[in-house]
Amino acid sequence: MVDFGGWDMPIQYRGILAEHAAVRNGVGVFDLSHMGRLQVRGPGARDLVQWLATNDVDRLAPGRAQYSLVCGEDGRILDDIIVYNLESEILLVVNASNRLKILDWIERHRATDLAGCDAQIHDATPETAMIGFQGPESARLLQELVAAPLDDLRYYAAMQTTLDGRPVLVARTGYTGEDGFEVIVAADDGPEVWDLLLEERGGVQPMACGLGARDTLRLEAGMALYGHEIDETTNPYEAGLGRVVRLQKGQFSGHDALAAVSERGVQRKLVGFELTTDGVPRQGYSITVDGQPVGRVTSGNKSPSLGKPIGMAYVPVDRSEVGSDIAVEIRGRQVPARVVALPFYEHRTRRGATPSASRG
Amino acid sequence: MEPEDRRYTVEHEWVKLEGDTAVVGITHFAQDQLGDVVYVELPKVGDRVESMKPFGVIESVKTASDLFAPVSGTVAEVNAEISEKPELVNDAPYESGWLIKVKPDNASDVDGLLTAQQYADHVAASG
Repeated sequence: MVDFGGWDMPIQYRGILAEHAAVRNGVGVFDLSHMGRLQVRGPGARDLVQWLATNDVDRLAPGRAQYSLVCGEDGRILDDIIVYNLESEILLVVNASNRLKILDWIERHRATDLAGCDAQIHDATPETAMIGFQGPESARLLQELVAAPLDDLRYYAAMQTTLDGRPVLVARTGYTGEDGFEVIVAADDGPEVWDLLLEERGGVQPMACGLGARDTLRLEAGMALYGHEIDETTNPYEAGLGRVVRLQKGQFSGHDALAAVSERGVQRKLVGFELTTDGVPRQGYSITVDGQPVGRVTSGNKSPSLGKPIGMAYVPVDRSEVGSDIAVEIRGRQVPARVVALPFYEHRTRRGATPSASRG
Repeated sequence: MEPEDRRYTVEHEWVKLEGDTAVVGITHFAQDQLGDVVYVELPKVGDRVESMKPFGVIESVKTASDLFAPVSGTVAEVNAEISEKPELVNDAPYESGWLIKVKPDNASDVDGLLTAQQYADHVAASG
């Protein structure tokens, strides 16, 4: 067990490689209860989220979900979030480590930017549980438990239904690059739903997955992880997330700084790379060109699905094109590497590829 | 559970004398703590290794960890299978998952290392 944003989380249950393979070939089950679940309600709910997040909530149809960012006044990334447009509320799923920061960010702007905005925030994290059910067999198995037809549920859509009679929100979202779901249930129902999801069905044995597999899966899928690719020292444009910043929608937190970055351009970019020899790149290692440090690895590992060492890194713009030669400094040695296209692993989500567009 | 035909270090390596050669690997406890091993960086035949100094690095999906030489000496052989199948370290840490063979400066240095029982006590104490 490790401390993860104040939650005790297992790195692995049976083994990272076995868990990773289960998600790529069958089904993996993830306890995501640590992620923050914030309900925004009231006539001003939409206005509040429109101020808070960079993506355009007006483009979010009922029952759909949207990947978005929260940026500070300087345009740096405070969090990456998923916004769900539900019937009774707008639900924000935020990172565990950022939950209190986001709540505080909203409260600090109640009297200024949010003055007159009639919306209440309810932190539903403690009273709900969230479980990921991810992999090519996930729809077939989950359908045996939930009442509503999952065929009707598109990628990045959510619906209220029941799971073995218990009220549940089922979203077709995830953080693995596979088809899959995230379910939110009352905390009291959490342990039973967890057990039900882990039961063997139709010849497939779902496998419980820890933080280790979650990290290798999202890395292969080219998805950003807060604290690695993005944090309060990075802006959305250099992270390749400019498409979820909608400057045209009007004022929002970080708008003016982001407009300036958009106008000015960036000096560095987040890229994918692979080592051209064996080794394991890891977060914090230097990216070098001609022996000189020019950037930093944000995530890296030996890709379980591809069998080669991969990583993501910030590099100068003139080294960011696919095919550029760079090196990773590993224990004092310059290990040759090449910039490659993201994602490393082609997404097999319901509606095809949406590179690094989601998290869970 | 540790084989009694060899000695151990506090850094979780084992060393077994085979004639005048010392075979070196990591313990079951070490591979279990590391999890799935994906890469092992080892010295070359003829390289020197020094007692309780790093001679290589073992990397799992989770983490990278130094390998410490149980005795000083010269590398006589490197397990070539490991580069292709690093999972051998997990599957058979005391047999086919061995790492290097060393020609020790003093074979008797091995006797000064932990016995299987002392190593088991060390693991139990470190929790």
